[in-house]
Amino acid sequence: MGNSLTGDLPPGFLQRSKDWLRRELFASRVDGLLSLVLIGLILAALFGLLRWALLQANWAVIQLNSTLLCIGRYPIEHQWRLWLLTFLLAATAGASWGLLRSCRRADRPGLLWPRNDRIAAAVLLAVCLITPPALGLSLAVAGRWLAIAGLLLAMRWLLGRLGRRLGADAIKWFALVWPVTYLLGMVLIGGGFGLTPVASAEWGGLMLTLLQASFAILLCFPLGVMLALGRRSNYPLLRWGSVIYIEFIRGAPLITLLFLGQNILGFLLPGGLAPERVWRAAWVLTIFAAAYLAEAVRSGLAAIPNGQMEAARSLGLSTAQGLQHVVLPQALRVALPVMVGQFISLLQDTTLLSLIGLMELLGTARTVMANPDFLGHYGEVYLTLALLFWCCCAALGLGSRALERRLDPHHLPNL
Amino acid sequence: MGSNLTPPQLRRGGLNGGDNPGLSQPPWWRNRLLIPWLVQALVGFVLLLLVAFLLGNLVRNLTAAGLLLSWRWLGQPAGFDIAESVLPFQAEMPYWRGLLAGLGNTLRAVSCGLIGATVVGTLAGMANFSSNGLLRRLVRVYVELVRNIPLLLQLVFWYFVVFLSLPNGLAALQGPGVVLAKSGLYLAGFHNGLHWVGPQLVNDVWQAPLRLSVEFCALLVGLVVYSGAYIAEVVRGGIASVPAGQWEAASSLGLGWLASIRHVVIPQALPVIVPGLNTQYISLAKNSSLAVAVGYADLYAVAETTLNQTGRAVEVIILLLGTYLVLDLLISALMNALNQFVRIKER
Amino acid sequence: MLVLAALLLGPLAACAPEDGSGVQSQKMAAIQSRGKLICGVEGTLPGFSFVEPDGRYSGLDVDVCKAVAAALLGDASKVEYRNLNSSERFAALASGEVDLLSRNTTETLSRDAAGGNGLSFAPTVFYDGQGVMVPVASGIKGLKDLAGKPICVESGTTTELNLADRMRELNVAYTPLKFQTSDQTYAAYLGARCVAVTSDRSQLAGKRSSFPNADAHALLPEVMSKEPLSPASVNSDPAWADALRWSIYALMQAEEWGLTQANVDAKLSEAKANPNLADLRRFLGVEGDFGKQLGLPSDFAFKAIKAVGNYGEMFDRNVGPASKLKLERGINRQWKEGGLIYAPPFR
Repeated sequence: MGNSLTGDLPPGFLQRSKDWLRRELFASRVDGLLSLVLIGLILAALFGLLRWALLQANWAVIQLNSTLLCIGRYPIEHQWRLWLLTFLLAATAGASWGLLRSCRRADRPGLLWPRNDRIAAAVLLAVCLITPPALGLSLAVAGRWLAIAGLLLAMRWLLGRLGRRLGADAIKWFALVWPVTYLLGMVLIGGGFGLTPVASAEWGGLMLTLLQASFAILLCFPLGVMLALGRRSNYPLLRWGSVIYIEFIRGAPLITLLFLGQNILGFLLPGGLAPERVWRAAWVLTIFAAAYLAEAVRSGLAAIPNGQMEAARSLGLSTAQGLQHVVLPQALRVALPVMVGQFISLLQDTTLLSLIGLMELLGTARTVMANPDFLGHYGEVYLTLALLFWCCCAALGLGSRALERRLDPHHLPNL
Repeated sequence: MGSNLTPPQLRRGGLNGGDNPGLSQPPWWRNRLLIPWLVQALVGFVLLLLVAFLLGNLVRNLTAAGLLLSWRWLGQPAGFDIAESVLPFQAEMPYWRGLLAGLGNTLRAVSCGLIGATVVGTLAGMANFSSNGLLRRLVRVYVELVRNIPLLLQLVFWYFVVFLSLPNGLAALQGPGVVLAKSGLYLAGFHNGLHWVGPQLVNDVWQAPLRLSVEFCALLVGLVVYSGAYIAEVVRGGIASVPAGQWEAASSLGLGWLASIRHVVIPQALPVIVPGLNTQYISLAKNSSLAVAVGYADLYAVAETTLNQTGRAVEVIILLLGTYLVLDLLISALMNALNQFVRIKER
Repeated sequence: MLVLAALLLGPLAACAPEDGSGVQSQKMAAIQSRGKLICGVEGTLPGFSFVEPDGRYSGLDVDVCKAVAAALLGDASKVEYRNLNSSERFAALASGEVDLLSRNTTETLSRDAAGGNGLSFAPTVFYDGQGVMVPVASGIKGLKDLAGKPICVESGTTTELNLADRMRELNVAYTPLKFQTSDQTYAAYLGARCVAVTSDRSQLAGKRSSFPNADAHALLPEVMSKEPLSPASVNSDPAWADALRWSIYALMQAEEWGLTQANVDAKLSEAKANPNLADLRRFLGVEGDFGKQLGLPSDFAFKAIKAVGNYGEMFDRNVGPASKLKLERGINRQWKEGGLIYAPPFR
């Protein structure tokens, strides 16, 4: 930012701020006026929001219903399973974080905790310290959240250390831990293998939202890639099949598809064969997202010149091998930002499940707001939900940008 | 590859007859001309089976429920009212008129939304290149805030938290020719074709030539704010795709900021922007179906009521899907035409 | 291929009767093999069906589900609840999504008729009528005062149709603001978006009791319709409909005979000990084969009463004067006391 100043004597802080203000806010008379108006508006909005949040809002509606909003009607006696899952996820996430960092910094040792990581760790700890008292959670629960944050950071530290010794191969093997954790999580949530089953109708709240989104994201990816390849295929039947599928799905509002899945699927399948309501919605989301993902991948494929495939073929690779090793990795890298955009949309689209009566985050929030004790507290509930969604989506976006940088061949010297 | 394929039956003659005995034939399952057809036939067969299976079940289940496909109910009187409608509608009119009224409402919301979102998006997109740092950052905040919160949540927020807490009567928000109250947005307009009339308070109720319900306003604001953020990114990307040298060249020619945008940047940015706009317009049209959450009687809302009063789930869904598909194709066709237009001008 | 074949043949195999009792009911067989009853409820109506902060369902409609589960499966906890909005409830029932609809649904001809929605109604568990609630301060005394005013109503209900009919009869123009769910409808009413909300009077009373200042709202004296709220199943399975019907009659009969959740154990041993109590012995399944005739366990009535108490207890617990809703029994008293609750003879 201060490029123009290099060469001069390092000016004082006051001078620098003054320069910055002049350049950014008061470059011209019009700009200055605009800045003043905007500052006034921002201050008024902040003041109004703070006054409402601190004086008028009644946050008891969130405090008393925080469990319901998080996990819905999940039976209390089985809640330990969700805690266990959260611990597992924290450990896995921390380990992945540490491994990624240790490998990335292999060329630049001594930077195990770069600035961004320190900020992230501080934010995580702060959230885990502030949220439980703010929600009025018991000491035991607050302690658990702190332990989860601690576990995550500990794994981050441990694997950050070990990772350098384990080398780059460790990442590849560690990638397998995620699907295992996911399947384990499904068992923990739904039961089976000796655990008491918990019907999918009793899953709810944030848990159901994340479950639906992650399920659809995981499954729509292979489906979308297949559809994108199908659309570029030389086989007319495959091509037209893919085109019809993609265009039909993209032409329909998600809510009609969800409605179709909930209420018409029963007509299309023999009695009893239709999956549970929750899974049906998850499949509809998957099918819906796959069509959009296919278009994202197709745009990536279109960016890869034909010469790449021809080169692969001339090296003796089959079409499939050429796709797998040469074309798809490049195409997916190009399509990554759009794909993550689709994943974020997918996460947001789960709110539509509330319109078909599923108890995901928004659906649960609606029952909370219908409770006679909390009538009229829409602002508090909606703002909390907005904050939750914002954090989840922004995290996805941040992660995608980090991944983009990692995958960009121009910014990556040797990996 | 696909165009010069030989049909499998011709090819099979070649295989069996061995018209080329000198060459060692690869086994038939590695035949490069046969396999595509085999794969396709297999896929087609499986698809056909699947469709037959689903349709068979549908017919069997519908017959069992006594709900075999029929369209006669469309002519029966609807029996329900619709709050606001571009096309006149009353309870004694048939269902198809109700659905048509819903479609009219959808088209109204979509067309207003398209215009509003384009204006907001273009302004916000251009503000990314403003010389005012505060404005630039504010636009980033707007885009990042709006794009990371679900539209449905934003819609219910606008309706239940913002619009339903507006005051009514005398306390309503008043501007020159505009009054915003809980009962709606009142706009000045020509009364009886000649007199310019502003909103007036009659018996504690606002009266004006043009009234928009708050349901419509909430939907419109929600759609415009949401799509506007996405369009802002499209516009930003389009403008950013114009090399900086073009700006510099324009200013060295003595063109002002506005003139260089108009004559140099926009003509080059538009071919990049228009395809992106197409996607956003289509998603706006489909997102308008979320009107059902804020009590606006759009096509989906009327269809859902119809479905429930008649029990004709399958027929109503077919109508719905078909209508939205046509709507999307229409928008796509218009945008493609625009795309052509923009491209020709560029050349 | 094999999977497909299995899928194709599956439904044919399922048609074969497999119930040992001689009663053929696919639905009951499906519920028994699944081990739980899937019950469609409203989910946001205090007193009828509502999710408590601890995640449990409660209410009159919910108790009906529990009683039926107890009668059929012997365990009132083996119920899976599905929240259905008024627009999707019939489609959910028709497509087999839920086994039983216990969602304050009004019994009407077109919903019952095979050529209409094709439902089969169980005995009415709550006799209701449509009413209108207005803020006392609005000064509205009757339907005619609502001319030109917005009225909130849940879409896809009989309420919506009755409102249109009554207003047409009175020749009163009004604006119907329709919402998908009751919580949205009342949110809009409390937000003063409409000056009146119309629904079943019990629902209005229930909601009113939950308002922060209940006395500021009043029900108009006009009763716009008869609303017998009844559980429902599909027409296509008469045996299941019978089982449902008599499970509910059992609760009403129990009240008539003074059987309660608390004393039913004692009554059972009394009946077992005393062969002269023939009516009671048959009712509780000590002798005779009522249960078998219905395809239910012989002690279905005992199990149902043990689970939720008799009809009067259900009423008092959920909606009666001691509950939050504070509704009088009114016409929902036993026939001996001049009400409409009347179980046909168990014989």
